Amino acid sequence: MLANGRNRKRIANKAHAGRGQETKWEMSDKLSASHKPLKPVKESNKISAREITPPSVYFNRRNFIRAGILAASAVATGAVYRKLNPVGTDTAPTIQTATIEGVQKPAATATNNDSGFTVNEAQTSFENITHYNNFYEFSTHKEEVAVKASNFKTDGWTVSVEGLANKPKVFTLGDLLKIAPPEERIYRMRCVEAWSMVIPWVGFSFSKLLAAVEPLSSAKYVAFETLLDPARMPGQNSDVLNWPYVEGLRMDEAMNPLAILASGIYGRALPPQDGAPIRMVIPWKYGFKGIKSIVKIKLVETQPRTTWSDYAPDEYGFYANVNPHVDHPRWSQATEQRIGEPGRRPTLMFNGY
Amino acid sequence: MKEDDIRFAKLLVLVCGAVPLALLVWDQAHNRLGANPQNFLILTTGMMTLIFLTLTMAVTPARKVFGLNWVIQLRRMLGLYAFFYACLHFLCFYSLDRGFSIPGTLHEIVARKYIWFGITALLVMAPLALTSTNAMIKRLGGKRWRALHRLAYVAAIAGVIHFYMQVKADVRLPLVFAAVLAILFGYRAINYLHHRN
Repeated sequence: MLANGRNRKRIANKAHAGRGQETKWEMSDKLSASHKPLKPVKESNKISAREITPPSVYFNRRNFIRAGILAASAVATGAVYRKLNPVGTDTAPTIQTATIEGVQKPAATATNNDSGFTVNEAQTSFENITHYNNFYEFSTHKEEVAVKASNFKTDGWTVSVEGLANKPKVFTLGDLLKIAPPEERIYRMRCVEAWSMVIPWVGFSFSKLLAAVEPLSSAKYVAFETLLDPARMPGQNSDVLNWPYVEGLRMDEAMNPLAILASGIYGRALPPQDGAPIRMVIPWKYGFKGIKSIVKIKLVETQPRTTWSDYAPDEYGFYANVNPHVDHPRWSQATEQRIGEPGRRPTLMFNGY
Repeated sequence: MKEDDIRFAKLLVLVCGAVPLALLVWDQAHNRLGANPQNFLILTTGMMTLIFLTLTMAVTPARKVFGLNWVIQLRRMLGLYAFFYACLHFLCFYSLDRGFSIPGTLHEIVARKYIWFGITALLVMAPLALTSTNAMIKRLGGKRWRALHRLAYVAAIAGVIHFYMQVKADVRLPLVFAAVLAILFGYRAINYLHHRN
Protein backbone atom coordinates (compact mmCIF):
# COMPACT_ATOMS: atom_id res chain seq x y z
CA MET A 1 0.00 0.00 0.00
CA LEU A 2 2.79 2.32 0.93
CA ALA A 3 4.62 1.71 -2.27
CA ASN A 4 1.39 2.17 -4.12
CA GLY A 5 0.79 5.56 -2.59
CA ARG A 6 4.31 6.64 -3.34
CA ASN A 7 3.97 5.51 -6.88
CA ARG A 8 0.76 7.36 -7.40
CA LYS A 9 2.42 10.48 -6.14
CA ARG A 10 5.31 9.96 -8.49
CA ILE A 11 3.01 9.56 -11.45
CA ALA A 12 1.04 12.59 -10.45
CA ASN A 13 4.23 14.52 -10.02
CA LYS A 14 5.52 13.49 -13.41
CA ALA A 15 2.27 14.26 -15.12
CA HIS A 16 2.03 17.70 -13.64
CA ALA A 17 5.63 18.73 -13.88
CA GLY A 18 5.73 22.41 -14.61
CA ARG A 19 2.39 24.01 -14.46
CA GLY A 20 -0.01 23.83 -11.58
CA GLN A 21 2.40 21.70 -9.54
CA GLU A 22 2.03 23.62 -6.31
CA THR A 23 -1.72 23.27 -6.22
CA LYS A 24 -1.57 19.54 -6.93
CA TRP A 25 0.97 18.82 -4.23
CA GLU A 26 -1.17 20.58 -1.74
CA MET A 27 -4.15 18.47 -2.73
CA SER A 28 -2.16 15.28 -2.59
CA ASP A 29 -0.90 16.12 0.89
CA LYS A 30 -4.37 16.77 2.08
CA LEU A 31 -5.56 13.44 0.75
CA SER A 32 -2.78 11.28 2.09
CA ALA A 33 -2.37 12.95 5.46
CA SER A 34 -5.90 13.70 6.43
CA HIS A 35 -4.99 13.92 10.12
CA LYS A 36 -3.38 17.26 9.44
CA PRO A 37 -5.78 20.13 9.93
CA LEU A 38 -7.08 21.16 6.56
CA LYS A 39 -6.22 24.61 5.50
CA PRO A 40 -9.32 26.57 4.62
CA VAL A 41 -9.49 26.76 0.86
CA LYS A 42 -9.26 30.34 -0.14
CA GLU A 43 -11.29 31.59 -3.07
CA SER A 44 -8.07 32.10 -5.03
CA ASN A 45 -7.00 28.48 -4.40
CA LYS A 46 -10.07 26.97 -6.08
CA ILE A 47 -9.16 24.99 -9.16
CA SER A 48 -10.61 26.38 -12.29
CA ALA A 49 -11.89 24.02 -14.95
CA ARG A 50 -9.05 25.10 -17.18
CA GLU A 51 -6.52 23.79 -14.71
CA ILE A 52 -7.98 20.29 -14.28
CA THR A 53 -5.66 17.80 -15.92
CA PRO A 54 -7.24 16.18 -18.93
CA PRO A 55 -7.65 12.37 -18.57
CA SER A 56 -5.35 11.76 -21.52
CA VAL A 57 -2.46 13.25 -19.60
CA TYR A 58 -3.40 11.77 -16.27
CA PHE A 59 -3.62 8.30 -17.71
CA ASN A 60 -0.18 8.47 -19.13
CA ARG A 61 0.94 6.06 -21.79
CA ARG A 62 1.84 3.29 -19.37
CA ASN A 63 -1.46 3.38 -17.57
CA PHE A 64 -3.30 3.62 -20.83
CA ILE A 65 -1.65 0.48 -22.17
CA ARG A 66 -2.31 -1.31 -18.92
CA ALA A 67 -5.96 -0.37 -18.96
CA GLY A 68 -6.08 -1.74 -22.49
CA ILE A 69 -4.43 -5.01 -21.48
CA LEU A 70 -6.76 -5.32 -18.52
CA ALA A 71 -9.86 -4.75 -20.63
CA ALA A 72 -8.65 -7.07 -23.39
CA SER A 73 -7.82 -9.83 -20.89
CA ALA A 74 -11.20 -9.51 -19.22
CA VAL A 75 -12.95 -9.71 -22.59
CA ALA A 76 -10.79 -12.67 -23.64
CA THR A 77 -11.54 -14.44 -20.36
CA GLY A 78 -15.23 -13.80 -20.94
CA ALA A 79 -14.97 -15.24 -24.46
CA VAL A 80 -13.19 -18.38 -23.22
CA TYR A 81 -15.77 -18.74 -20.47
CA ARG A 82 -18.61 -18.47 -22.98
CA LYS A 83 -16.93 -21.01 -25.26
CA LEU A 84 -16.50 -23.51 -22.42
CA ASN A 85 -19.96 -22.97 -20.96
CA PRO A 86 -22.28 -22.42 -23.89
CA VAL A 87 -25.93 -21.68 -23.38
CA GLY A 88 -27.58 -22.77 -26.60
CA THR A 89 -30.79 -20.83 -26.21
CA ASP A 90 -29.19 -17.70 -27.63
CA THR A 91 -27.94 -19.18 -30.85
CA ALA A 92 -30.39 -21.95 -31.64
CA PRO A 93 -33.19 -20.95 -33.97
CA THR A 94 -36.75 -21.60 -32.90
CA ILE A 95 -38.21 -23.77 -35.62
CA GLN A 96 -41.88 -23.40 -36.44
CA THR A 97 -42.97 -26.76 -37.76
CA ALA A 98 -46.27 -27.49 -39.49
CA THR A 99 -49.48 -27.43 -37.51
CA ILE A 100 -51.09 -30.84 -37.12
CA GLU A 101 -54.72 -30.80 -38.25
CA GLY A 102 -57.57 -32.29 -36.26
CA VAL A 103 -55.84 -32.86 -32.94
CA GLN A 104 -58.32 -34.24 -30.44
CA LYS A 105 -57.86 -32.42 -27.17
CA PRO A 106 -58.44 -34.42 -24.02
CA ALA A 107 -61.47 -33.09 -22.18
CA ALA A 108 -60.43 -31.94 -18.72
CA THR A 109 -62.68 -34.46 -17.10
CA ALA A 110 -62.03 -36.67 -14.12
CA THR A 111 -61.82 -39.66 -16.43
CA ASN A 112 -59.00 -38.16 -18.44
CA ASN A 113 -57.08 -37.17 -15.35
CA ASP A 114 -57.51 -40.67 -13.97
CA SER A 115 -56.38 -42.28 -17.20
CA GLY A 116 -53.28 -40.09 -17.12
CA PHE A 117 -53.94 -38.72 -20.61
CA THR A 118 -53.63 -35.23 -19.24
CA VAL A 119 -52.09 -33.70 -16.15
CA ASN A 120 -53.13 -30.64 -14.24
CA GLU A 121 -49.66 -29.07 -13.95
CA ALA A 122 -48.10 -26.10 -15.70
CA GLN A 123 -46.78 -27.05 -19.13
CA THR A 124 -43.10 -26.52 -19.86
CA SER A 125 -42.55 -23.73 -22.40
CA PHE A 126 -42.12 -24.59 -26.07
CA GLU A 127 -38.78 -22.79 -25.90
CA ASN A 128 -37.48 -25.07 -23.13
CA ILE A 129 -38.88 -28.26 -24.64
CA THR A 130 -37.09 -27.46 -27.88
CA HIS A 131 -33.80 -26.18 -26.42
CA TYR A 132 -32.99 -28.68 -23.70
CA ASN A 133 -32.71 -32.08 -25.30
CA ASN A 134 -30.90 -35.31 -24.70
CA PHE A 135 -30.34 -36.48 -28.26
CA TYR A 136 -26.77 -37.74 -28.57
CA GLU A 137 -27.23 -38.33 -32.31
CA PHE A 138 -26.77 -34.57 -32.64
CA SER A 139 -24.82 -33.51 -29.56
CA THR A 140 -24.08 -34.67 -26.04
CA HIS A 141 -24.67 -31.09 -24.94
CA LYS A 142 -28.38 -30.64 -24.22
CA GLU A 143 -28.42 -26.99 -25.22
CA GLU A 144 -26.58 -27.62 -28.47
CA VAL A 145 -28.91 -30.27 -29.89
CA ALA A 146 -31.32 -27.67 -31.29
CA VAL A 147 -28.48 -26.02 -33.22
CA LYS A 148 -26.99 -29.23 -34.58
CA ALA A 149 -30.41 -30.64 -35.51
CA SER A 150 -31.79 -27.53 -37.18
CA ASN A 151 -31.08 -28.77 -40.72
CA PHE A 152 -32.30 -32.32 -40.19
CA LYS A 153 -34.67 -33.33 -43.01
CA THR A 154 -37.21 -36.11 -42.71
CA ASP A 155 -38.43 -36.22 -46.33
CA GLY A 156 -39.32 -39.69 -47.57
CA TRP A 157 -39.25 -41.13 -44.06
CA THR A 158 -40.37 -44.74 -43.68
CA VAL A 159 -40.88 -46.94 -40.66
CA SER A 160 -40.45 -50.66 -41.14
CA VAL A 161 -42.64 -52.70 -38.81
CA GLU A 162 -41.39 -56.27 -39.03
CA GLY A 163 -40.80 -59.49 -37.15
CA LEU A 164 -43.42 -61.68 -35.54
CA ALA A 165 -46.55 -60.18 -37.10
CA ASN A 166 -49.23 -61.31 -39.49
CA LYS A 167 -49.11 -58.11 -41.51
CA PRO A 168 -45.60 -56.67 -41.37
CA LYS A 169 -45.34 -53.49 -43.39
CA VAL A 170 -43.02 -50.66 -44.36
CA PHE A 171 -45.06 -47.54 -43.59
CA THR A 172 -44.48 -44.19 -45.16
CA LEU A 173 -44.77 -41.51 -42.50
CA GLY A 174 -48.10 -40.45 -44.03
CA ASP A 175 -49.50 -44.00 -43.84
CA LEU A 176 -48.29 -44.40 -40.28
CA LEU A 177 -49.96 -41.20 -39.12
CA LYS A 178 -53.23 -42.31 -40.72
CA ILE A 179 -53.50 -45.34 -38.44
CA ALA A 180 -55.32 -43.32 -35.79
CA PRO A 181 -56.42 -39.70 -35.30
CA PRO A 182 -53.89 -37.48 -33.48
CA GLU A 183 -54.64 -36.89 -29.81
CA GLU A 184 -53.16 -34.42 -27.39
CA ARG A 185 -51.54 -36.19 -24.43
CA ILE A 186 -50.17 -33.99 -21.69
CA TYR A 187 -47.56 -36.05 -19.89
CA ARG A 188 -44.93 -35.56 -17.27
CA MET A 189 -41.56 -36.43 -18.72
CA ARG A 190 -38.96 -37.52 -16.18
CA CYS A 191 -35.37 -37.73 -17.35
CA VAL A 192 -33.07 -40.22 -15.64
CA GLU A 193 -30.84 -37.20 -14.95
CA ALA A 194 -33.40 -36.00 -12.36
CA TRP A 195 -35.02 -33.18 -14.30
CA SER A 196 -38.55 -33.15 -15.66
CA MET A 197 -40.97 -31.35 -17.93
CA VAL A 198 -44.69 -31.37 -18.68
CA ILE A 199 -45.14 -31.81 -22.42
CA PRO A 200 -48.29 -31.60 -24.53
CA TRP A 201 -47.56 -34.34 -27.06
CA VAL A 202 -49.53 -35.12 -30.19
CA GLY A 203 -49.81 -38.81 -31.00
CA PHE A 204 -51.78 -41.99 -30.56
CA SER A 205 -51.48 -45.15 -28.53
CA PHE A 206 -48.80 -47.48 -29.84
CA SER A 207 -51.27 -50.34 -29.39
CA LYS A 208 -53.11 -49.04 -32.47
CA LEU A 209 -50.07 -49.64 -34.63
CA LEU A 210 -49.69 -53.10 -33.11
CA ALA A 211 -53.33 -53.84 -33.94
CA ALA A 212 -52.68 -52.82 -37.54
CA VAL A 213 -49.83 -55.32 -38.00
CA GLU A 214 -51.38 -58.12 -35.92
CA PRO A 215 -48.61 -59.49 -33.69
CA LEU A 216 -48.20 -63.28 -33.44
CA SER A 217 -48.66 -64.82 -30.02
CA SER A 218 -44.94 -65.60 -30.01
CA ALA A 219 -44.14 -61.87 -30.06
CA LYS A 220 -43.17 -61.05 -26.47
CA TYR A 221 -41.18 -57.82 -26.92
CA VAL A 222 -41.00 -54.83 -29.23
CA ALA A 223 -37.58 -53.65 -30.41
CA PHE A 224 -37.15 -50.11 -31.72
CA GLU A 225 -34.37 -48.58 -33.77
CA THR A 226 -33.38 -44.97 -34.58
CA LEU A 227 -32.12 -43.81 -37.96
CA LEU A 228 -28.41 -44.48 -38.56
CA ASP A 229 -27.03 -41.78 -40.84
CA PRO A 230 -23.92 -39.96 -39.57
CA ALA A 231 -24.17 -37.47 -42.43
CA ARG A 232 -27.52 -36.24 -41.13
CA MET A 233 -26.92 -37.03 -37.47
CA PRO A 234 -23.41 -35.69 -36.81
CA GLY A 235 -23.27 -37.04 -33.26
CA GLN A 236 -23.11 -40.54 -34.76
CA ASN A 237 -19.59 -39.74 -35.96
CA SER A 238 -18.43 -40.08 -32.37
CA ASP A 239 -18.55 -43.45 -30.66
CA VAL A 240 -19.96 -42.09 -27.42
CA LEU A 241 -22.79 -44.64 -27.79
CA ASN A 242 -23.12 -47.77 -29.87
CA TRP A 243 -25.15 -46.58 -32.91
CA PRO A 244 -27.87 -46.93 -33.96
CA TYR A 245 -29.81 -46.21 -30.77
CA VAL A 246 -32.04 -49.14 -29.89
CA GLU A 247 -34.75 -49.51 -27.29
CA GLY A 248 -37.33 -52.06 -26.29
CA LEU A 249 -40.56 -52.72 -24.41
CA ARG A 250 -42.24 -55.83 -23.13
CA MET A 251 -45.41 -56.51 -25.15
CA ASP A 252 -47.81 -55.71 -22.31
CA GLU A 253 -46.03 -52.41 -21.70
CA ALA A 254 -46.20 -51.55 -25.38
CA MET A 255 -49.94 -52.33 -25.34
CA ASN A 256 -50.63 -49.92 -22.46
CA PRO A 257 -52.74 -47.03 -23.87
CA LEU A 258 -50.42 -44.52 -22.16
CA ALA A 259 -47.51 -45.57 -24.40
CA ILE A 260 -47.75 -43.42 -27.51
CA LEU A 261 -46.17 -42.90 -30.88
CA ALA A 262 -45.76 -39.13 -30.88
CA SER A 263 -45.46 -36.96 -33.96
CA GLY A 264 -45.82 -33.53 -32.40
CA ILE A 265 -45.72 -31.15 -29.46
CA TYR A 266 -47.89 -28.12 -28.81
CA GLY A 267 -50.10 -29.02 -31.79
CA ARG A 268 -47.19 -28.86 -34.26
CA ALA A 269 -45.04 -31.50 -35.91
CA LEU A 270 -42.04 -32.58 -33.82
CA PRO A 271 -39.04 -30.30 -34.29
CA PRO A 272 -35.91 -32.31 -35.21
CA GLN A 273 -34.36 -31.96 -31.75
CA ASP A 274 -37.38 -33.61 -30.12
CA GLY A 275 -37.20 -36.74 -32.26
CA ALA A 276 -38.73 -35.86 -35.64
CA PRO A 277 -40.63 -37.23 -37.35
CA ILE A 278 -41.85 -39.97 -35.01
CA ARG A 279 -40.86 -41.14 -31.53
CA MET A 280 -42.07 -43.15 -28.56
CA VAL A 281 -43.26 -41.63 -25.30
CA ILE A 282 -43.68 -43.93 -22.30
CA PRO A 283 -44.56 -41.52 -19.49
CA TRP A 284 -44.02 -43.88 -16.54
CA LYS A 285 -40.48 -44.70 -17.63
CA TYR A 286 -37.33 -42.58 -17.69
CA GLY A 287 -37.00 -40.41 -20.77
CA PHE A 288 -34.29 -42.44 -22.50
CA LYS A 289 -36.84 -45.21 -23.10
CA GLY A 290 -38.66 -42.81 -25.43
CA ILE A 291 -36.67 -43.58 -28.55
CA LYS A 292 -36.57 -40.83 -31.19
CA SER A 293 -36.56 -40.65 -35.00
CA ILE A 294 -37.70 -44.27 -35.33
CA VAL A 295 -37.06 -46.16 -38.58
CA LYS A 296 -37.60 -49.74 -37.44
CA ILE A 297 -39.97 -51.55 -35.10
CA LYS A 298 -39.50 -55.29 -34.73
CA LEU A 299 -41.69 -57.74 -32.84
CA VAL A 300 -39.47 -60.33 -31.23
CA GLU A 301 -39.58 -63.28 -28.87
CA THR A 302 -36.73 -62.43 -26.49
CA GLN A 303 -35.82 -59.27 -24.62
CA PRO A 304 -33.97 -57.02 -27.08
CA ARG A 305 -30.74 -55.24 -26.21
CA THR A 306 -31.03 -51.53 -25.50
CA THR A 307 -28.41 -48.84 -26.02
CA TRP A 308 -28.13 -47.41 -22.52
CA SER A 309 -28.22 -50.73 -20.71
CA ASP A 310 -25.48 -51.92 -23.08
CA TYR A 311 -23.49 -48.86 -22.09
CA ALA A 312 -23.96 -49.17 -18.31
CA PRO A 313 -26.22 -52.07 -17.24
CA ASP A 314 -26.03 -51.11 -13.57
CA GLU A 315 -27.16 -47.55 -14.28
CA TYR A 316 -29.82 -47.90 -16.98
CA GLY A 317 -31.90 -51.05 -16.84
CA PHE A 318 -34.19 -52.47 -19.51
CA TYR A 319 -37.35 -51.58 -17.58
CA ALA A 320 -36.23 -48.18 -16.26
CA ASN A 321 -39.52 -47.40 -14.55
CA VAL A 322 -39.49 -44.08 -12.69
CA ASN A 323 -38.95 -44.95 -9.03
CA PRO A 324 -38.03 -42.38 -6.37
CA HIS A 325 -36.88 -45.14 -4.02
CA VAL A 326 -34.29 -46.63 -6.32
CA ASP A 327 -31.39 -44.24 -6.76
CA HIS A 328 -29.26 -44.05 -9.82
CA PRO A 329 -25.85 -45.26 -8.58
CA ARG A 330 -24.51 -41.73 -8.95
CA TRP A 331 -27.41 -39.58 -7.85
CA SER A 332 -30.69 -39.63 -5.97
CA GLN A 333 -33.93 -40.14 -7.88
CA ALA A 334 -36.07 -38.98 -4.94
CA THR A 335 -36.51 -35.45 -6.27
CA GLU A 336 -36.44 -33.75 -9.63
CA GLN A 337 -35.78 -30.33 -11.10
CA ARG A 338 -38.92 -29.35 -13.00
CA ILE A 339 -37.63 -27.21 -15.84
CA GLY A 340 -38.84 -23.63 -15.40
CA GLU A 341 -39.46 -23.95 -11.67
CA PRO A 342 -37.17 -22.63 -8.95
CA GLY A 343 -37.25 -25.47 -6.40
CA ARG A 344 -37.26 -29.25 -6.69
CA ARG A 345 -40.29 -31.55 -6.66
CA PRO A 346 -40.54 -34.98 -5.10
CA THR A 347 -40.49 -37.64 -7.81
CA LEU A 348 -43.67 -39.72 -8.01
CA MET A 349 -43.73 -43.51 -8.16
CA PHE A 350 -44.00 -44.54 -11.83
CA ASN A 351 -43.89 -40.79 -12.48
CA GLY A 352 -47.44 -40.57 -11.14
CA TYR A 353 -48.92 -43.04 -13.66
CA MET B 1 9.99 -7.92 -13.84
CA LYS B 2 9.57 -4.87 -11.72
CA GLU B 3 7.48 -4.93 -8.58
CA ASP B 4 5.06 -2.55 -10.20
CA ASP B 5 4.55 -4.87 -13.17
CA ILE B 6 3.94 -7.82 -10.86
CA ARG B 7 1.32 -5.83 -9.01
CA PHE B 8 -0.30 -5.21 -12.35
CA ALA B 9 -0.14 -8.90 -13.26
CA LYS B 10 -1.85 -9.71 -9.97
CA LEU B 11 -4.54 -7.17 -10.70
CA LEU B 12 -5.00 -8.83 -14.09
CA VAL B 13 -5.52 -12.24 -12.46
CA LEU B 14 -7.85 -10.73 -9.87
CA VAL B 15 -10.04 -9.12 -12.52
CA CYS B 16 -10.02 -12.02 -14.99
CA GLY B 17 -10.77 -14.53 -12.24
CA ALA B 18 -13.87 -12.58 -11.33
CA VAL B 19 -15.13 -12.41 -14.93
CA PRO B 20 -16.81 -15.87 -14.93
CA LEU B 21 -18.60 -15.04 -11.68
CA ALA B 22 -19.68 -11.66 -13.05
CA LEU B 23 -21.03 -13.31 -16.22
CA LEU B 24 -22.82 -15.98 -14.19
CA VAL B 25 -24.53 -13.35 -12.07
CA TRP B 26 -25.32 -11.22 -15.12
CA ASP B 27 -26.73 -14.15 -17.10
CA GLN B 28 -28.74 -15.35 -14.13
CA ALA B 29 -30.20 -11.86 -13.66
CA HIS B 30 -31.17 -11.78 -17.35
CA ASN B 31 -32.57 -15.31 -17.44
CA ARG B 32 -29.86 -16.43 -19.80
CA LEU B 33 -28.65 -19.61 -18.13
CA GLY B 34 -30.78 -21.84 -20.33
CA ALA B 35 -33.61 -24.21 -19.49
CA ASN B 36 -31.96 -25.62 -16.37
CA PRO B 37 -30.16 -22.72 -14.66
CA GLN B 38 -29.75 -24.69 -11.42
CA ASN B 39 -27.79 -27.37 -13.18
CA PHE B 40 -25.84 -24.82 -15.20
CA LEU B 41 -24.72 -23.02 -12.04
CA ILE B 42 -23.57 -26.24 -10.40
CA LEU B 43 -21.69 -27.48 -13.47
CA THR B 44 -20.11 -24.15 -14.33
CA THR B 45 -18.79 -23.38 -10.85
CA GLY B 46 -17.32 -26.90 -10.79
CA MET B 47 -15.69 -26.33 -14.15
CA MET B 48 -14.22 -23.03 -12.95
CA THR B 49 -12.74 -24.79 -9.93
CA LEU B 50 -10.98 -27.29 -12.18
CA ILE B 51 -9.71 -24.59 -14.51
CA PHE B 52 -8.20 -22.58 -11.66
CA LEU B 53 -6.75 -25.71 -10.07
CA THR B 54 -5.15 -26.59 -13.39
CA LEU B 55 -3.78 -23.07 -13.80
CA THR B 56 -2.37 -23.25 -10.27
CA MET B 57 -0.64 -26.50 -11.12
CA ALA B 58 0.71 -24.98 -14.33
CA VAL B 59 2.55 -22.19 -12.54
CA THR B 60 5.72 -24.05 -11.59
CA PRO B 61 6.19 -25.80 -14.97
CA ALA B 62 5.56 -22.48 -16.78
CA ARG B 63 8.08 -20.81 -14.55
CA LYS B 64 10.77 -23.38 -15.24
CA VAL B 65 10.12 -24.04 -18.92
CA PHE B 66 9.80 -20.42 -19.97
CA GLY B 67 12.08 -18.99 -17.31
CA LEU B 68 9.30 -16.77 -16.03
CA ASN B 69 10.23 -16.63 -12.39
CA TRP B 70 7.71 -13.95 -11.56
CA VAL B 71 4.65 -16.11 -12.36
CA ILE B 72 5.11 -17.81 -8.99
CA GLN B 73 3.72 -14.65 -7.47
CA LEU B 74 0.37 -15.26 -9.18
CA ARG B 75 -0.03 -18.76 -7.81
CA ARG B 76 -1.62 -17.79 -4.52
CA MET B 77 -4.39 -15.85 -6.21
CA LEU B 78 -5.06 -18.64 -8.73
CA GLY B 79 -5.26 -21.16 -5.90
CA LEU B 80 -7.57 -18.94 -3.89
CA TYR B 81 -9.84 -18.57 -6.90
CA ALA B 82 -9.95 -22.37 -7.24
CA PHE B 83 -11.04 -22.60 -3.60
CA PHE B 84 -13.51 -19.74 -4.06
CA TYR B 85 -15.23 -21.43 -7.02
CA ALA B 86 -15.16 -24.77 -5.20
CA CYS B 87 -17.02 -23.16 -2.29
CA LEU B 88 -19.54 -21.64 -4.71
CA HIS B 89 -19.90 -25.05 -6.37
CA PHE B 90 -20.67 -26.67 -3.02
CA LEU B 91 -23.07 -23.86 -2.05
CA CYS B 92 -24.93 -24.29 -5.34
CA PHE B 93 -25.22 -28.03 -4.71
CA TYR B 94 -26.37 -27.46 -1.12
CA SER B 95 -28.95 -24.83 -2.05
CA LEU B 96 -30.17 -25.64 -5.56
CA ASP B 97 -29.82 -29.40 -5.63
CA ARG B 98 -30.40 -30.26 -1.97
CA GLY B 99 -32.79 -27.40 -1.16
CA PHE B 100 -30.77 -26.23 1.89
CA SER B 101 -31.32 -29.57 3.59
CA ILE B 102 -28.35 -30.47 5.77
CA PRO B 103 -29.42 -34.12 6.26
CA GLY B 104 -30.14 -34.34 2.52
CA THR B 105 -26.70 -32.97 1.72
CA LEU B 106 -24.94 -35.25 4.18
CA HIS B 107 -26.85 -38.24 2.85
CA GLU B 108 -25.78 -37.49 -0.72
CA ILE B 109 -22.18 -36.93 0.33
CA VAL B 110 -22.09 -40.35 1.98
CA ALA B 111 -24.08 -42.16 -0.71
CA ARG B 112 -22.28 -40.97 -3.88
CA LYS B 113 -18.76 -42.05 -4.64
CA TYR B 114 -18.21 -39.18 -7.06
CA ILE B 115 -19.08 -36.72 -4.29
CA TRP B 116 -16.48 -38.35 -2.02
CA PHE B 117 -13.87 -37.16 -4.48
CA GLY B 118 -15.43 -33.71 -4.75
CA ILE B 119 -15.61 -33.28 -0.99
CA THR B 120 -12.03 -34.51 -0.65
CA ALA B 121 -10.89 -31.83 -3.07
CA LEU B 122 -12.85 -29.16 -1.21
CA LEU B 123 -11.65 -30.22 2.25
CA VAL B 124 -8.06 -30.44 1.09
CA MET B 125 -8.21 -26.95 -0.39
CA ALA B 126 -9.53 -25.37 2.81
CA PRO B 127 -6.30 -25.59 4.89
CA LEU B 128 -4.33 -24.49 1.83
CA ALA B 129 -6.46 -21.37 1.54
CA LEU B 130 -6.18 -20.71 5.28
CA THR B 131 -2.39 -21.01 5.21
CA SER B 132 -1.94 -18.96 2.07
CA THR B 133 -0.99 -15.71 3.81
CA ASN B 134 2.59 -14.51 4.18
CA ALA B 135 2.20 -14.64 7.95
CA MET B 136 1.20 -18.30 7.80
CA ILE B 137 4.09 -19.16 5.50
CA LYS B 138 6.42 -17.56 8.01
CA ARG B 139 4.77 -19.30 10.93
CA LEU B 140 4.88 -22.74 9.35
CA GLY B 141 8.30 -22.31 7.87
CA GLY B 142 8.99 -22.73 4.18
CA LYS B 143 9.69 -26.44 4.32
CA ARG B 144 6.59 -27.45 6.23
CA TRP B 145 4.47 -25.02 4.24
CA ARG B 146 5.62 -26.53 0.96
CA ALA B 147 4.95 -30.03 2.24
CA LEU B 148 1.43 -29.05 3.27
CA HIS B 149 0.75 -27.36 -0.03
CA ARG B 150 1.61 -30.50 -1.96
CA LEU B 151 -1.98 -31.38 -1.04
CA ALA B 152 -2.89 -29.27 -4.04
CA TYR B 153 -2.00 -32.33 -6.16
CA VAL B 154 -4.57 -34.34 -4.21
CA ALA B 155 -7.19 -31.64 -4.76
CA ALA B 156 -6.55 -31.49 -8.51
CA ILE B 157 -6.60 -35.26 -9.00
CA ALA B 158 -9.68 -35.73 -6.81
CA GLY B 159 -11.43 -32.87 -8.65
CA VAL B 160 -10.87 -34.41 -12.07
CA ILE B 161 -11.98 -37.88 -10.87
CA HIS B 162 -15.10 -36.24 -9.41
CA PHE B 163 -15.87 -34.67 -12.81
CA TYR B 164 -15.12 -37.86 -14.73
CA MET B 165 -17.40 -39.98 -12.54
CA GLN B 166 -20.25 -37.51 -12.71
CA VAL B 167 -20.40 -37.35 -16.53
CA LYS B 168 -22.98 -39.64 -18.11
CA ALA B 169 -21.28 -40.82 -21.29
CA ASP B 170 -19.33 -38.07 -23.03
CA VAL B 171 -16.12 -38.11 -21.00
CA ARG B 172 -14.04 -36.05 -23.43
CA LEU B 173 -13.91 -32.93 -21.29
CA PRO B 174 -12.86 -34.68 -18.05
CA LEU B 175 -10.23 -36.52 -20.09
CA VAL B 176 -8.89 -33.21 -21.39
CA PHE B 177 -8.43 -32.03 -17.81
CA ALA B 178 -6.82 -35.36 -16.92
CA ALA B 179 -4.44 -35.11 -19.88
CA VAL B 180 -3.38 -31.57 -19.04
CA LEU B 181 -2.78 -32.51 -15.42
CA ALA B 182 -0.85 -35.61 -16.52
CA ILE B 183 1.45 -33.43 -18.62
CA LEU B 184 1.99 -30.98 -15.77
CA PHE B 185 2.63 -33.75 -13.24
CA GLY B 186 4.80 -35.63 -15.72
CA TYR B 187 6.96 -32.58 -16.09
CA ARG B 188 7.35 -32.30 -12.33
CA ALA B 189 8.19 -35.99 -12.00
CA ILE B 190 10.87 -35.80 -14.68
CA ASN B 191 12.24 -32.66 -13.12
CA TYR B 192 12.37 -34.31 -9.72
CA LEU B 193 14.16 -37.41 -10.98
CA HIS B 194 16.57 -35.28 -12.97
CA HIS B 195 17.51 -33.24 -9.92
CA ARG B 196 17.95 -36.30 -7.74
CA ASN B 197 20.48 -37.88 -10.09
